[in-house]
Order: sequence, then C-alpha cells, then structure tokens
Amino acid sequence: MKHKCDQCDQPATYHSVKIVKGQKIEEHLCEAHAAQAGLVPKEAQAPINELLTKFVQLHSGMAGAQQELACDNCGMTFNEFREHSLLGCPECYRAFEAQLAPLLERAHEGATHHIGKVPRRAGADEHRQQRLLRMRKQLADAVAAEDYEQAARLRDEIRACEGSPT
Amino acid sequence: MNVQALTQRAGEWLRGSGPHSEIVLSSRIRLARNLAGFPFVNRASRRQRLEVLERCRGEIMSGRLAGDIIWVDLNEADDLDRQLLVERHLISRQHAQGGGDQPRAVAIAADETFAIMANEEDHLRMQVLRSGLQLEEAWDQISHIDDVLEERLDFAYSSRWGYLSACPTNVGTGVRVSVMMHLPALKLTGEIEKVRRAARDTHLAVRGFFGEGSDALGDLFQISNQTTLGKSEEEILHGFLENIVPQIIAYEQQARQALIKHRAALLDDRIWRAWAILTHARVIGTDEVMSLLSHLRLGVNLGRLDCVDIRTLNELFLLSQSAHLQRITACEMDQAARREARARMIRHKLGAK
Repeated sequence: MKHKCDQCDQPATYHSVKIVKGQKIEEHLCEAHAAQAGLVPKEAQAPINELLTKFVQLHSGMAGAQQELACDNCGMTFNEFREHSLLGCPECYRAFEAQLAPLLERAHEGATHHIGKVPRRAGADEHRQQRLLRMRKQLADAVAAEDYEQAARLRDEIRACEGSPT
Repeated sequence: MNVQALTQRAGEWLRGSGPHSEIVLSSRIRLARNLAGFPFVNRASRRQRLEVLERCRGEIMSGRLAGDIIWVDLNEADDLDRQLLVERHLISRQHAQGGGDQPRAVAIAADETFAIMANEEDHLRMQVLRSGLQLEEAWDQISHIDDVLEERLDFAYSSRWGYLSACPTNVGTGVRVSVMMHLPALKLTGEIEKVRRAARDTHLAVRGFFGEGSDALGDLFQISNQTTLGKSEEEILHGFLENIVPQIIAYEQQARQALIKHRAALLDDRIWRAWAILTHARVIGTDEVMSLLSHLRLGVNLGRLDCVDIRTLNELFLLSQSAHLQRITACEMDQAARREARARMIRHKLGAK
C-alpha cells in the first residue's frame, strides 16, 4: 500500500520520480534518510517557541549595549527573557518595546499592532483606535485589490471616525 | 461532582457528532488572559499566585458562567486524576506537573464543553471544546465566557499589543484555534506531507494527539494557528473554515476514494485485521490500540465494517489511556497488568469474549 524507505524499513515520506535517459527512476525515502540526503530540511516545522528563542539568541549582539535592560516594575531583565521566552509582567511589554517589536513582527507574519477583540473595560478610546486600525488595514487591502469604490468608502469612514469624540 | 465522575461519560468532543465528524473529531478554541496589576505566573510570588487563584475562582464559580462547574485544586489532586484530565484534554501536561506544589487549578464545566486553567503559563487559559467542525459556535461560547469574566476582572491589555500574555507568541488576541482531524487514508497512502505543506503555507502548525511534541497517535492530527497578533479572531477562524480545513477534508476524502477504487482488498484487510486483533488480543499497549482503532474508525466511516459504532470507537480512544483504564477498573496497576486489563476492556466493549 504505502512505500517503504529504500534504505530502511520506515515508511517513506519523500517520493520522487526522475526520468534519466528515458529510464524512470523512483526514489522513496523515510524522513530521516531524506534529511540525510539533504532532500528535506531536518526541522520541517520548527515550533514557534524554538524559532523565537533562536531569533532572540541570534540577535544577542544587538542586546549587547542593553545587557542591564530591565523592567522597572518586576525587575525582569531582557537576558532572562531571552533565556526562557517568558516575560515577567504586563509592563515588560513597555520596558522592552523596542527589542520586542522586531521579534513579534517575525513571529506573527509581520504584524505590528493588535487587531481584534478589545475588552470593554479598556474604554471607548481603545475601541476607536482598534476600529481605525482595522479600517486602515482594510483600506490597504482594498487599494491593493484595486477596489476603489470600497477604498473611497473606507476613507470616508476613517475620516468620520477620527473626527468623532471618544 | 468530582474528577472521577467524568469517566462515566464520553465527554463532549468524543460524542462523534457535529458537522464533518467523519474527519473532524473536535474543534477547540482557547484564550490566554492575565489579570492587570499582577506579575505573570512565572514571576509571581506564592502569595500573588494564591491571590490570583482566589479572584479567578470567585468569578468562575459565581454561577454566572454555568451552574455546574467542577473546581479542581491541582495541587491537592492525586497523580491519577491529574493524568486523567490530561488524557481528556482538559489540562495541559505542563499544568498537570505544575512545578511541584505551585497553587494552580482547573475549572471544568460538568458537560466538559469548557475548561479554564488558572495559573498555567498565563493567569487564565480558557478553552471551549466541541465535537465536529463547530468553530463559530465554539468562538461564540468562549467569547461569552471572556465577556462574563471581564465584567469583574481587569485583563492586562495594551492598545498596541492587545491582550498581554507571558509568552509574546500568544500576544494580541491570545487565541489558539485547534482542529483535531482523523486522517487515516492520507497516512495509508503516504500523502500526509501534503497536509504539512498546506499548513506551513498558511502559517499553521500540525501537531499530534496530545499537542506540541507528541506523535500523531491513531492518525489524529491537530491543526492550529501560530499567529495571534495582527489578525482579528474572525480572520483567524475564517482561515480555518474557508481554507485549510476544507482543503484537508478534500485531500482525505480523495485518498479514501482512491483506496476504495484501487486498493479495496488491501483497505479491507487493514480494517478487518484491526477488528480481529482488537477482539482477540490478550495483552495490548496504548499505541497499538490507537492505530488499530484508527483503522476501525475508517472502516465504519466508509461503511465497510458495521459491527461497531463510531461513538464506541471514540470512547475507546479515551478509555484505553492509562489513567482512564485504571479509573474505570478501579484499581491501580503496573504496566503489564494495564496491558492485560486494556485488552480485556476492549474485547468487552466490542462484544467479544
């Protein structure tokens, strides 16, 4: 039913068919042997935490001048965060904002701001900011898709929203 | 009601119903939330952790969420109960271990449609579980729970980063959507790599039955989002509902049809061998059971085996796990004894001698 690896008894996950001088050559390899042959990346799907840790470690040079950078509120240093990938308190996001921003951008498909649910208690202003953010993103999408009617509508809505009191 | 009472039922996500339940076992959405004005769990003192726990308990158990909620103090629960909760996907492995005697708990709705972990990596990790593909329903429920708790709890939030979480990989919406899919035909035809590729292209993760770092036992795969910042909850849900899930369902269905068309004898052989082993084995381990149950489930869904129903098979996925087995038989056993008891329990459930 399924192919076994050409080199061992494991099920094959890498399959290729090559035609060389009119000869059909099939190749079936398991993950390990395919990786050994350099045919697939060893870590096809690195867990995001691992990516994050690696990224932070890679950029440790960047943090060189900020060895002592710490959160005023909880005392967590940036180095400690680098080690465990966990922040100490909500204030850490402010304390390490400059360092976190590029990192989060990488981890979240280039995102730089939250879009989505806003806690009601966070106040109307947050809601308005969120709405504006969302509309601006939609506007960019509409322009990219050359949907100018939609873009014009969104522009008016954004203007109205900006002008309205909080 | 206590933890052991849970074993009397199959649990919401194993009901075997809901849209696309022949391929989608369950839909799960979890939210990460932290109380404003407290350090995150990893930085909190024991006293602060206790205070967070008490505040959360007060709100969760106030009766405004649901009438029947079980509060389990994991620090006091015994090992077997903790393991049982992991097997039922009500708490994470990390929460079960919990770094010794740290104050931590889980609140579980009696019907198991939702569970809220307190003092895991974040102060609150709430999840809703539904059988089949029911992401929108799950979202409505979890968002409602979030709203109710937020009426009296201040959640850490910033306009730029959204809901603030201990690990910045969860910041923003704090949403993790996971769809558990049964993909035996793709596994049999060696095409599971297609799923991984489709997921990778859309920034989703493919994990095993017990989440991060676990094997895809029983051909069960969890597809979940990794991006939580810069996309609204609706956008995240629609990514699943409109793209990835229908695509994987189509792949699996194609693979199933191809098996029937071109390799029917081999397919039936797999299915009936699984039946033969499970109805006759005297000693059996969990991994083997999972893989055989997977083939039976495929057989029932394709109408090639009619001596058992899906619900029983779903139930067996759970009852074969070590902690469940020991709870339903009411005795603690070593591994060898468990393998025997497991084989006996399965024969009994399948109506064999």
